[in-house]
Amino acid sequence: MRGLKEKFNLEQLKNNLINSQVWRSMFRHGYEDTPRNRVLMVVDNLWLHLHPTKIRRHAIRIRFTWCMGGITFLLFLYLTVTGVILMFYYRPVGEYAYADMKFLEFDAPFGMFMRNMHRWAAHAMVIAVWLHMLRVFMTGSYKQPREFNWVIGVLLLTVTLLLSFTGYLLPWDQLAMWAVTVGTNMARATPLLGSEGPFADFVGVTPRLDARSALLGGTIVGPPTLLRFYVLHCIVIPLIASVLMMVHFWRIRKDGGISGPL
Amino acid sequence: MTQSKEIKQIKLPAEYQAEEQKKSSNIDRRRFMNYTGWVGILGGLGVALLGFLRFLFPRVLFEPRTVFKAGSPNEYAVGAVDTRYLQSERVYIVRENNGFYALSGICTHLGCTPAWLSSENKFKCPCHGSGFKRSGINFEGPAPRPLERLKINLAEDGQLLIDKGKLFRQEKDEWDKPEAFLYL
Repeated sequence: MRGLKEKFNLEQLKNNLINSQVWRSMFRHGYEDTPRNRVLMVVDNLWLHLHPTKIRRHAIRIRFTWCMGGITFLLFLYLTVTGVILMFYYRPVGEYAYADMKFLEFDAPFGMFMRNMHRWAAHAMVIAVWLHMLRVFMTGSYKQPREFNWVIGVLLLTVTLLLSFTGYLLPWDQLAMWAVTVGTNMARATPLLGSEGPFADFVGVTPRLDARSALLGGTIVGPPTLLRFYVLHCIVIPLIASVLMMVHFWRIRKDGGISGPL
Repeated sequence: MTQSKEIKQIKLPAEYQAEEQKKSSNIDRRRFMNYTGWVGILGGLGVALLGFLRFLFPRVLFEPRTVFKAGSPNEYAVGAVDTRYLQSERVYIVRENNGFYALSGICTHLGCTPAWLSSENKFKCPCHGSGFKRSGINFEGPAPRPLERLKINLAEDGQLLIDKGKLFRQEKDEWDKPEAFLYL
């Protein structure tokens, strides 16, 4: 018994692991609980370095922040994961899209769960973004020196709504068709770039060559629109959102952390 | 109470100024290279962006044809708004005493299909409630302008020939044009 314990000394194993070259190459700093070491651990870690090394006590007060920004980001992560999972079965082609949506719903194990996760998280994210904006406004957190981050936040709101809108077409059912018909018809009225908007005659845009047909990939909501919205929904807009989020989170830290109660 | 503050001019030593002047030709060259470099990079990116914007508009569209034949004129009852080509073509064909006109079934508000309500003698859009008289003139709801009329004439075999690609708008006084109404 005693020999066994000496052979499998967990403390010894842990020390061997932590002091091994492999471990030390990944994690430079030990667990020494000193202010300096704690700072170093956060600063030297790609995943943690956006975090503040220290936060004020009020920053974790849920009644002040509602944690709405964090919830929004968490939902974005949910949407990324469930969205990628849905992409395993979904084909953005006119002939297949609706059938694939049905397949996910009824034939793929956990497909309905993933689709519902994606759908509800999408709805929740739009709501959370608005509540986050409301909180920031009501607490005056948009004021100097955070005015630039407010602008980034407005862009993120727009991007969220665009993600929601482009995703709406992908089930390729009647609701999607008509919602996007209505939505893209608004693009006709774009100033300068829309064929029925102000200055359209001056610029020379036509229904065949304007903001709406660039969105649709033609003059009607058809298979080219589906593919175009799919690419926007899965690649272009998420990339833009990710870049904006990086700036947004980084700026929170640079602007003095989460704002305190007034 | 104005307090005048003296601003001290920092004068460079004479020899340093001379040296700067000697260097200036070098700096100009560096500036020039810097400038041309950025013009090249931004210009290249700009051309690529223009190319991408053009890329968004394909030369060929695989969309339903816009011209269709709508049968013989005597198949239509005088005074009726005909819905037989609504499902397939989104077009209402109206037979008046003196001829035909074709109304586009696309709401001028946001593109839904207004339904013909014969008992109320009007078109009514299900999406946002826009109403149009049988002539196509808007009279209620959010629609900003009348329904569009489509090019209509007779094909060589005597059938009605309708072209959805050619629109006539009332607000541009285009309904008086010859192809907007087929006199029979």
